[in-house]
Amino acid sequence: MPDVRVCFKEITEDPTLSFAQKARALALAAENSLEYPKLDTQTAEALEERVICDMYEGHAPYKPRYVLPDYSVVLTEGSSWLELAPATTLDEAINTLMIAYHHVPSVTNMPVFLGHLDALLLPFCDDVSDEALYSKIKLFWRYLDRVLPDAFMHANIGPTDNRVARTILKVDAELKQVAPNLTFIWDPQLSSEGILALACDCIIECSKPHIANHPIHTAVFGEEGYGIASCYNALPLGGGASTLTRLNLYEVARRSKDTEDFFATVLPHYIELNCQLTEVRIKHLFETSGFFDSFLVKEGWIHKDRFAAMFGVFSMAEAVNLLQEKEGRAGRYGHDDSANALGYRISEALAAAVTARPMAHVWRNRAMLHAQAGLSDDGGCTPGLRIPYGTEPDPVTHVQALAPQHQFYPSGVSDILTLDETVRNNRAALVQLVKGALSLGFREFTANIAHNDLVRVTGYMVRLSDIKRFQQCGGSRINTTVLGAEAAETGDILHRAPRVVAHEFTSR
Amino acid sequence: MNLPLAKVSRVLTFSCVDGPGNRLVLFLQGCNFACLSCHNPHTMTVCNHCGVCVPACPQGALRLVDGKVSHDGQLCDDCDKCLDACPINSNPKVVEMSVGDVLALLKKNKPFLTGITVSGGEATTQLKFIKALFFVIKQSESLKDLTCLIDSNGYLPEHAWLDLLPVTDGVMLDIKAFDTSLHEALTGRPNARTLASARLLHAHGKLEELRFLLVPGKTDRPEEIRSLLQFTKELSADLPLRLNAFQHHGVRGEALEWPVMTEVSVEAIAALLRMGGLNHVTTPAVYL
Repeated sequence: MPDVRVCFKEITEDPTLSFAQKARALALAAENSLEYPKLDTQTAEALEERVICDMYEGHAPYKPRYVLPDYSVVLTEGSSWLELAPATTLDEAINTLMIAYHHVPSVTNMPVFLGHLDALLLPFCDDVSDEALYSKIKLFWRYLDRVLPDAFMHANIGPTDNRVARTILKVDAELKQVAPNLTFIWDPQLSSEGILALACDCIIECSKPHIANHPIHTAVFGEEGYGIASCYNALPLGGGASTLTRLNLYEVARRSKDTEDFFATVLPHYIELNCQLTEVRIKHLFETSGFFDSFLVKEGWIHKDRFAAMFGVFSMAEAVNLLQEKEGRAGRYGHDDSANALGYRISEALAAAVTARPMAHVWRNRAMLHAQAGLSDDGGCTPGLRIPYGTEPDPVTHVQALAPQHQFYPSGVSDILTLDETVRNNRAALVQLVKGALSLGFREFTANIAHNDLVRVTGYMVRLSDIKRFQQCGGSRINTTVLGAEAAETGDILHRAPRVVAHEFTSR
Repeated sequence: MNLPLAKVSRVLTFSCVDGPGNRLVLFLQGCNFACLSCHNPHTMTVCNHCGVCVPACPQGALRLVDGKVSHDGQLCDDCDKCLDACPINSNPKVVEMSVGDVLALLKKNKPFLTGITVSGGEATTQLKFIKALFFVIKQSESLKDLTCLIDSNGYLPEHAWLDLLPVTDGVMLDIKAFDTSLHEALTGRPNARTLASARLLHAHGKLEELRFLLVPGKTDRPEEIRSLLQFTKELSADLPLRLNAFQHHGVRGEALEWPVMTEVSVEAIAALLRMGGLNHVTTPAVYL
């Protein structure tokens, strides 16, 4: 197979990749030299035309896309596989986590979920001074960024106000690292004003954390809990997501005669094909790959029945604008009530169809709708449900236009609000905006402050200075810089307010 | 009741530079100063319907109807060519809003708002409207927790302030210069009323913030900074003082020949004021 060998050769000789990045690219190329799991003709065609998409996850799914272990298991019970005793001190607890992360796979081969770090570490902090806690967290944070340099790696804190959460916010604002990604979980009943203010200070410093709407997520996931992983994906704790497949709504609209045809025929057709693609991939993971024989399952870090199937959609803006044109209406998505209403109707139809369709090997037997943030090479298509770059209204109008959409997307939806720098002198304005957005039903609040070096390119962070350096001389220590650079070229992110474009590895 | 209407140049539902928290801001049309350094000169005067702007509009959004300029918001694409064409520093896009119109806007945006700020122009030139609006907000169960602030140049006389203060939570007051002839050269008016307003508002606990625009070679001179320090300290060392930096953004006419104020110079002056004992000096987040 000479083609494959040419591809392998190119990877080994690529001067912009580190040796670890080469190893990862080689593994993916090898996997993709295998036959794809058997698809029926229609599904294969739709995949080939990229109306539906497998996120280039690889031809032979042998690990779930996102794994969200319950790390409290290894902390309190230890691990016989890893020969670890239960942790008894803060040092041991952090050390156990550092070891654990290396055994948690994901689509990027790096862990995408680091746990609810405050809840995990607090039990070990009773006799630890503030100074000691600060210095240990700082070293921990440095380790994460340098050893697992992937911005999809996501830590959670909150909703309570506690020493560990406060220290993490302080360290994160101070270090301004790309990794880890960070979510503060907010609950008006449990979170203090003080900790929300600290989180907002941290956003002003480094555009992190995201703020998650705890009451809304709890209503979906219940007592057994959830975590926010990778970009802004809400998934069952002690499980995760087997796959993410996605529908390009613009391509669906393009294949529709008019709005009626879209809703009655074309959309349901492609929803079904995307579900079939999902099923084929999940079947391979569950029935062929042997992943669930892992010690992670045996020791109870994860449970086989807590893995979701994420049903992603993107390019809502282009789909709505095209359908508006087909109906002879001028109003544009994000700015016009009739266009926004059409968007809500599309989401409602998607949610109804996904909820009605049973799926084997999947948490609660149904896929979960997800507003997918895009790949780094999705030129011309706006991520998820977002309003196209450069045409966003003011933040309040922005939130009001999109808030009704959030109810339909339980496994994650994110709109990135770009705020100008004047907010630096007025943290209370940011706090008010967070509260307004979450009270209107935003599942997740995310903001970029203009001119921060650290900006979000989809739900993950990159440093603008790293991208610039990468473009000048090639090569970056951090995996996601490559994606950000690709997104910068196709998505124009550096020419205006920092924006979201990319998501995961694309086939290059 | 015959409630007054406001002439509104612009409404913002998100502003983090017009008082604490996020504020809905009404920019009222018309000003009693004529500052050379004004960065919103199109808010200075009320339209006299001369019609000069009508042919300047590339979208055809402006028409003269019965001797009045009318603006079609659907056709307008906010290119602002009309503002450039206006010979009297006015704006054909000004709309009239009733108290009810503003209340409806506040209710729609309530979850996002810390309060409302009326700015301008000089807001207090539409005193009756502000008073009526703030009065109704304070009476409304759903809106009464919004703070009601005014951005002002302080030219309003004492008796008018006393009328307004019971329904006003605070005033952010601009002092353009301490030397009164400099003040007159910069604004067209002397500064005695502004300084008196600052003292009066402070005495009533309603002076939210003092603002001072630094213009190189004019208001950044040592004697001005000394007066600023002394005046502010006499009120209170804890009074928030915001230093603004003269920039060219939005400015018209001779002030475009003036140099802009650099961040380094602003920070040096801020440091002097802090050393002089002022506890809450803020400097611009952005230099345009």
